[in-house]
Amino acid sequence: MAMERTIYREIKATPAVWGTALLLAAFVGGALLSVLYTEHHGHIVTGMTNQVVWGLPHVFAIFLIVAASGALNAASIASVFGQAPYKPIARLSAVLAMALLIGGLAVLVLDLGRPDRLLVAMTTYNFKSIFSWNIYLYTGFLAVVAVYLAVQMNRVDYKYVRAAGTVAFLWRLALTTGTGSIFGWLVARPGYDAAIMAPLFIAMSFSFGLAVFILVLTALFKLSDRKMGSVLCHRLGNLLAIFAAAVLYFTVVQHLTAMYAAEHAGFERFILLEGGHVTFLFWVVQVLIGGILPIALIYLPRIREADAEPVWASVFVVIGGLAQVYVIVVGGQLYPMEVFPGYEVASSFFDGEIASYAPKWPEVVLGLGGVAISLLAVGLAAKILRILPTNLNDVNVPEA
Amino acid sequence: MTFFRMPKDAKQPPAQRAQAKKANRAEMTRRDLLRSGAAVATATLAPGVTLMAFGGSPAEAAAADAGKRWGLLIDVSKCQDDCTACVSACSEENGWGQGEHPETDAQWIRKVTLKNKATGHTETMPMMCQHCEHPPCVDVCPTGASMKRADGIVLVDKHVCIGCRYCMMACPFKARSFIHEPVINQKSHNPRGQGTVESCTLCVHRVDAGGTPACVEACAAEGHGAIIFGDLKDPNSEISKRLAEYPSVALRPDLDLNPGVRYAQLG
Repeated sequence: MAMERTIYREIKATPAVWGTALLLAAFVGGALLSVLYTEHHGHIVTGMTNQVVWGLPHVFAIFLIVAASGALNAASIASVFGQAPYKPIARLSAVLAMALLIGGLAVLVLDLGRPDRLLVAMTTYNFKSIFSWNIYLYTGFLAVVAVYLAVQMNRVDYKYVRAAGTVAFLWRLALTTGTGSIFGWLVARPGYDAAIMAPLFIAMSFSFGLAVFILVLTALFKLSDRKMGSVLCHRLGNLLAIFAAAVLYFTVVQHLTAMYAAEHAGFERFILLEGGHVTFLFWVVQVLIGGILPIALIYLPRIREADAEPVWASVFVVIGGLAQVYVIVVGGQLYPMEVFPGYEVASSFFDGEIASYAPKWPEVVLGLGGVAISLLAVGLAAKILRILPTNLNDVNVPEA
Repeated sequence: MTFFRMPKDAKQPPAQRAQAKKANRAEMTRRDLLRSGAAVATATLAPGVTLMAFGGSPAEAAAADAGKRWGLLIDVSKCQDDCTACVSACSEENGWGQGEHPETDAQWIRKVTLKNKATGHTETMPMMCQHCEHPPCVDVCPTGASMKRADGIVLVDKHVCIGCRYCMMACPFKARSFIHEPVINQKSHNPRGQGTVESCTLCVHRVDAGGTPACVEACAAEGHGAIIFGDLKDPNSEISKRLAEYPSVALRPDLDLNPGVRYAQLG
């Protein structure tokens, strides 16, 4: 079978596509109702408190934002590093990056105490705040990737595609550095205040974003009844194993560094040994399911040849990734701040106590709604734009 | 030990002076505001009593005196274990603390019990916003709603706060609260807003009127006099003299935030 030229076509509006769209729309609708409910009654209807001020919505939002940056992997590898096999999927990669970012930002904004003041957030800036920088990094990312997608979709000289791709690649590194620094620059809490947060988040973005990309690519091909060979999928899967290993590496360094400092020993003991569900999420879900298992799947004989192997590895990375973000965001707040080293502290405001957090349904629905917004956006883009190749059979994937 | 007991002459007169001044200033403020067309922010409750909606607006912040830095000195040895007069007074003055959900209700000031792990010595003291010179809450606030006035008082502009809670993540003293429920029984000088963040204002409405914070007054009224309020920049103020004469500490000195609240006899 000879190789065909890569042709991009919109997906057809089959009943399966409509069904999926309606399901996702239902999740988005649920999220909007949840926002109305929370805004009416106040955040009292969520599990968040004055101890855990960022809860499940932030876990979803940060996961989506971090994954957005990583979803651009395929496009970056194609345009910046000149790897031909990735070129047919570069357009989808750019679209998914934008879609995930939009979904993540939507959750972040809708969980604000005053989401109606979005205009204030967009017009009034404190330029010393990393949050403000991120607003520019996020909107700038959308603009840069939109241009990148546009030059890919038009018959322009490839040097422009490479230039736009390089800018987008550098921008995504800055973006994830900014997201990691939201925590890395917090001097108050023992779980944060660490420069490693930025590179850790970059490694997480490479891994989570690629996992989501593999899942979305596979799902879109199944939905549109198009053929995808296993070579490209396994190539992506192998890369995923390397990224998952990088996340594990940075996680090890993060905790070893903290454990070495006596002042952080209490926090580390909480996360690694005594933190109840946080400790379980760390060891079982983040490290085992989200790290070791997907790496093992890629390298175990026989299993690694299975067609579905990269998909399963991706599912595990996504589950582990959500757990990792939860451990960072919520785990970091559950442990009390050390205002008085050397003292046992007690107060009516829960000083010195390990806090508790039990998410309630409005948070879960809002978080899932953000995922649905991202998926709906990428599905809509695939329906109206020519971003998805018609054929990714093994012979149709260009040689490296 | 009478280090930090306020002298009798310093205890009563300033408060009375403040009351007298308040009425005059209130009248003046109303006239000025009406003239400048800013009457929307002003509510007249009764003749001579004008309450200005306090939101920590930039205009009000600009009116603060950069020549002053307001602060508190808390003498832990004078703080009584079973006394919460400062907390009740703050709650009453500023209209918080009527809720029934301890995990989500606001607490502008709280009594903290400290037990020295090595010696077993136990003591209590009030904790509130430390009004840092370099406040992390102000640094991280994306909209600038968290702000520090020229006179060192750290506030939240509730008109600009979007409720992101990043300041609560950043504050090393757990001084801030997010309003989780609709608010009731608000004080006109301290409008509160569901979905926004708030903390101790150092009773800025009283300070601007020449008075002292409610916690300081209540502590003095109880006869403990454990909290002294004053201008840290004025070397002749009571607080500056005490600070110069006796040892005191800032909380989390490692962060080098230079809080306006200092503690004496701690530990």
